Formats: sequence, structure tokens, C-alpha cells
Amino acid sequence: MSDGYFLPDPEGRVPSAGGYFGEFGGIFVPEALRAAVEEVAAEYEKAKGDPAFAAELEDLLVNYTGRPSALTEVPRFAEHAGGARVFLKREDLNHTGSHKINNVLGQALLTRRMGKTRVIAETGAGQHGVATATACALFGLECVIYMGEIDTERQALNVARMRMLGAEVVPVTSGSRTLKDAINEAFRDWVANVDRTHYLFGTVAGPHPFPALVRDFHRVIGVEARRQILERTGRLPDAVAACVGGGSNAIGLFHAFLPDEGVRLVGLEAAGHGVASGKHAATLTAGGPGILHGSRSYVLQDDEGQITEPYSISAGLDYPGIGPEHAYLKDSGRAEYRPVTDDEAMRALRMLARTEGIIAAIESAHALAGALDLGRELGPEATVLVNLSGRGDKDMDTAARYFGLYDEGADK
Amino acid sequence: MIETDHPADGAAGGTTTTDGAAAATTGGRLSLLESVLADTRAQDRAALIGYFPAGFPTVRGGIDCAVAMAEGGCDVIEIGLPHSDPVLDGPVIQTADDIALRGGVRIADVIATVGEVHAATGVPVLCMTYWNPVDRYGVARFAAELAAAGGAGCILPDLPVEEAGAWRKAAAEHGLATVFVVAPSSRDKRLAEITAAGSGFVYAASLMGVTGTRESVGRQAGELVRRTRAVGDLPVCVGLGVSTGAQAAEVASFADGVIVGSAFVQRVLDHADDTPAAVAAVRGLATELAAATRREG
Repeated sequence: MSDGYFLPDPEGRVPSAGGYFGEFGGIFVPEALRAAVEEVAAEYEKAKGDPAFAAELEDLLVNYTGRPSALTEVPRFAEHAGGARVFLKREDLNHTGSHKINNVLGQALLTRRMGKTRVIAETGAGQHGVATATACALFGLECVIYMGEIDTERQALNVARMRMLGAEVVPVTSGSRTLKDAINEAFRDWVANVDRTHYLFGTVAGPHPFPALVRDFHRVIGVEARRQILERTGRLPDAVAACVGGGSNAIGLFHAFLPDEGVRLVGLEAAGHGVASGKHAATLTAGGPGILHGSRSYVLQDDEGQITEPYSISAGLDYPGIGPEHAYLKDSGRAEYRPVTDDEAMRALRMLARTEGIIAAIESAHALAGALDLGRELGPEATVLVNLSGRGDKDMDTAARYFGLYDEGADK
Repeated sequence: MIETDHPADGAAGGTTTTDGAAAATTGGRLSLLESVLADTRAQDRAALIGYFPAGFPTVRGGIDCAVAMAEGGCDVIEIGLPHSDPVLDGPVIQTADDIALRGGVRIADVIATVGEVHAATGVPVLCMTYWNPVDRYGVARFAAELAAAGGAGCILPDLPVEEAGAWRKAAAEHGLATVFVVAPSSRDKRLAEITAAGSGFVYAASLMGVTGTRESVGRQAGELVRRTRAVGDLPVCVGLGVSTGAQAAEVASFADGVIVGSAFVQRVLDHADDTPAAVAAVRGLATELAAATRREG
């Protein structure tokens, strides 16, 4: 445990003081939210220098979340990946079932430090919403979760979990009724209730300081995984792979490997029915620079700056933006981003289930599909590390319908 | 794109410039906006500023409504550029933006609307827009086309002053106003920075929240106007939540201008299938609000 569990970027490389990663990032918020965003940044800076903050977060991550998460080698799955060795970083085994809890606990502590009593959050797949509802129950905070109406339907189990935990879940009926619109609605709430409310942002997008702050709370993923894989294999992996929606689990895994130039960093985007079909959420593959939800990054938009509606079978990746640090890593060439279709992700989901007895979230299945390709490209001598960011319980209805697993005539 | 008159028609209607190059540098109507706000101040009354989104319920219908607002007594008109993600707008303007976008409204239609409303009424017409459409369209191109159409400037509710350099440069070249929005949460130092960087007027949000009608105008509005005036010379106009004559009169007693948006849009939503009735309702509301802003305090 000598590394500790609260691991803000030690290099101080990025972002700049104004929250820029190269040309991406910044603080594009209405004036009404300026003071609130600055308050979060100031409180975070203070917390970073406070040993009591690090100690309390470490206690929660170890004794509540169950860190460190396991690193599992999956040889039967790897037979389909060109014989390369494949390891999974098991964020699915965290309390609440995904990586999201890492960030949520950190921000819940910040919420308490700021003296705020109410928390709002957006959620797509429901994993961030469940984690937030969990932390609010633990800390005795009022909790309101905004979730696109379409997502409340396809992730109904997580809606029930959030309500079980005492959160109010508000289905959002505007726009595309998915994650983007849930974020819009959360911003509207925040503007009106900012005095007593913290917006517990769930990914590495949004205005500064969220991209850096959320990243720092997830850096533990890569720091642990790097240490674990060195212990197990005696060397660094050839590639690390993670799915990217907003990009939080990916940045958490990538960050510790940034200085390791021989390690390829590969983000897998949701290509839906295929990038050429227009029905996808592959922001870095098919989007361009623009401003959405408080920062400049890549966005999916038309020629006049209207945000276009994304599509993915995965609610957690169904987002037309991406964290600004990913945009920076793409343009700098340090990381690469590839599209994975619905069908490719679902095949990988089933393959892992049947070869290793692990049911991944559909989000994470995009990373698994990417790992299969990477293994084949890199060959049998290679090692690929995949972030299994969440477990698939929430997705069983979607998967059952996709694979036809329900009995004929059964109540669907 | 929806069929409309060409933007240049609007520019030709109310301008004396005949040379294209001259129009590109002097076309904007910032000075008209300034003189209108100086006149209302000289008359010891508040200006009435009406907001209406372009393309709602149609491009033609939107122009007719905005013209009726000016004829009913609005001193200044704001034309909204509908956006897919109107984070600062409540349900009423969200609905209008949705209708406009589903109808296929384009930036050329928005600029044409600005031009036609100005040409038909002579009042200064601003564009209110989220930043991404301008960023994507091209800052210089947007400013040039808005100025050529006879626009008076832009209200930019989600563009922070720190990020506004390119826009301010283009606006200065084209004679366009840069109107920033301040909020009750803005600290005095920031109010000073924003007021110094803006032109035309400062848009003071009456409360912490999104657009939409409210039962009462926030108590914070008067205090924000006082603090903003203390740090600069620009007129301070108050918006968000103002929908009735009584509220307009209250705001007029302490601000340089009263901004009303959602109440106009709601009138049109209430007459969804009857455009002449909608236009009449909008005109009637403008008349009522104009009378309220002229009432002795």
C-alpha cells in the first residue's frame, strides 16, 4: 500500500492553469456557474494538500470499495486473440460494480468539505448514478440523478437500484433522451440550486477542473494495474485497452502508462451500426473540435455546430462528446482510438462469458473486442491489458433480447 | 434550408451602404443600439427588449412575430439562434428550439431573420446564441454576415470573457455589440472584467436559473444591477423570469432595460395552429409590457 490510493498526477504536465490540455479543455460555462466551478477547483487544490483527505479516501477505497481490484489473466479468451496474453483489470469487482465508485467517493468527500448537502449527477448506463446514490446514502446527502428516458428503459435495473438507495431518479425527455440530455438537465438544475448543490460529474469531460479531478480519482486503476502486471509478467504490456464514452475509465488506466513509450494506449469507441451508417457514438473517429458541456474537445456535430444524436447499444458510451485529455492524446499521437460496432462488442461479451465465466458490461465489451484485434495484430508474444470497467448484470435484458435468450412466449 | 428571402435583401432594406467592402467594416448597428439605449435613458424610462427564436414556428412566422414585437413597443429585438443543447433555457424555449430545428432552420435563416426584422422596423436587432454554432460556422464569417444583414451584435450567454478574444476582434471590425451575461453569483471583480470587455449593454440575469416565466422577479436583480453599474458605464438590462406588465414595471424601476423572452414564445405555443392569432397575441403582450416600462416609477 506504499503507493497510496489517492494519486493526483505527480508530473503536473497537464492541464494548464486555465484547464487546457493543448488546445482542448477550458471553462465554457455560463457566468452563473463560474463561481461554483471555481469553488470546486479551489477545494480540490486544498484537498490535494491535505493528508487527512488522502487518508479518508484511502480508507474508503480499501475497506468500502474493496481496492485493490484484481488483475485476472484470461487464457481461454486469449486463444481468440492470436494467442497473446490478455489480462483484465477487474474494476467490475468494485463495490457497485464499476470503476465509477473511485471518482464518486472522492467527490463525495469534496462535497462534504464544501459544506453542500445536495448532490446531482447525470448517468447513462446507470453505473455513475448507482455509485453516486451509494455515496450519498453513505454520507447522508440528498441525491438527484438525471437519466435520459431511453436509458431509464434499457437500464431499468439500475433505476431500481438508485431508488433503493434513496435517490430521486428524474427521466429526461428532451433531445435524444440519452446521456447528453441528462447532462443538460443536470446543468440546468445546478444553475438554479448551486448554493447548496454539488454537481458530481461522472466523467473526464465538462469544464475544468472536472477533467483533471475525475482523472486523478481514477488514476488508481492504472497505477495498480501497472504494478500488478509487472509482478505477474515481469514486464510492461504491449498495449492497454479501454472503452471510451466520456473517457473516465480509459484515462484512469492510461495515465500511469503515459511515460512508458513502448506501451500503446488504445481507446475503443462505440461505432454502433458502423461509422459509415451515421448511427454511432465514435466521437474521436468521426467528430471534430467543438464545445459541449463546458469544454472544447471533439464532438459529433453538423456543419453549423448543432450536436448530432449519437447511437450505441451501450447506454454508457452513447455520448456525442469526449473528455478533452483524450482529444489531446489523440492529436498528439500518444493514444489511438478505434471504433467497435455493436455486433463486435456483443460477440466479445458472449465470448468472455463462455470462455472465462465473466459477464462484462456492454461498455467494457467494446474494450474486449478491441483487445481481440490487438492480440491478433501484435502476435503471440504480446501482452494486452484490458480495463474491465464494469459488470454486465445491468445489461442482461439487452443481451437476452440481442441473443434471443428469453424462452418463447416468456414475459419480456 | 427553409426558403426565405436572401440575407442580402434584409441588409439592403435599411442601410445606406452600397459598397460591399464598406458594409463589411461598418455594417453592424452597434451605434444604433447605443443611441436607442441612450434615448430611453434620456426619456427616464427603461428599454423593452424582446427575445424571439428564429425559425419558430417557421422562418416566416418568426419574422412576423418579431416584427409585431417591435411594432408593439419593443425598443430592441433579440433573435435566438436555435440550438440542439440549450443548457440555459427552460422548457418553453427548449420546445421552440426543437420545433425550429426540426423545421430545418439554418444559420442563414437566422441571419435573414435579423436582417428582415431590422429592415422592417428600424430597431436594433441582436442575435442571441450559444457559442458552439458560431465557433463551428467561423467567428469572422458569422460576424461579417450578421453585420452585412444589419445586425446590432450578439448576446453570448455561454462564452466566458476569457474565451471571447476572437469574437471581440471580429465584432469591433464589423461594428457589432458584444453582450455578456452576468449573474447574481458574479463577484465584483468579474463584473468589472466583463463590463469592460462588453459593449452595447450588460445582460443581468435576474436570478440563478434558466429562462422561463416566474412568479416573481428575483430579489437579487436590483442588487446585481447596482453592483454592475458601480463597476462600469454600460447600460444594465435585466432578463430571466420577466413575463408580466407588473414585473416589467418593477424591473424598469431599477434597470436600464427589461428583457422578455419566454412569455412571447409561450403566446405562440398557445396559438400553435393559428399564426395570425399568435402574431396578435405577441403584439398585445409587447404593447402591455411597453406601457409598463413607460409607467412613472
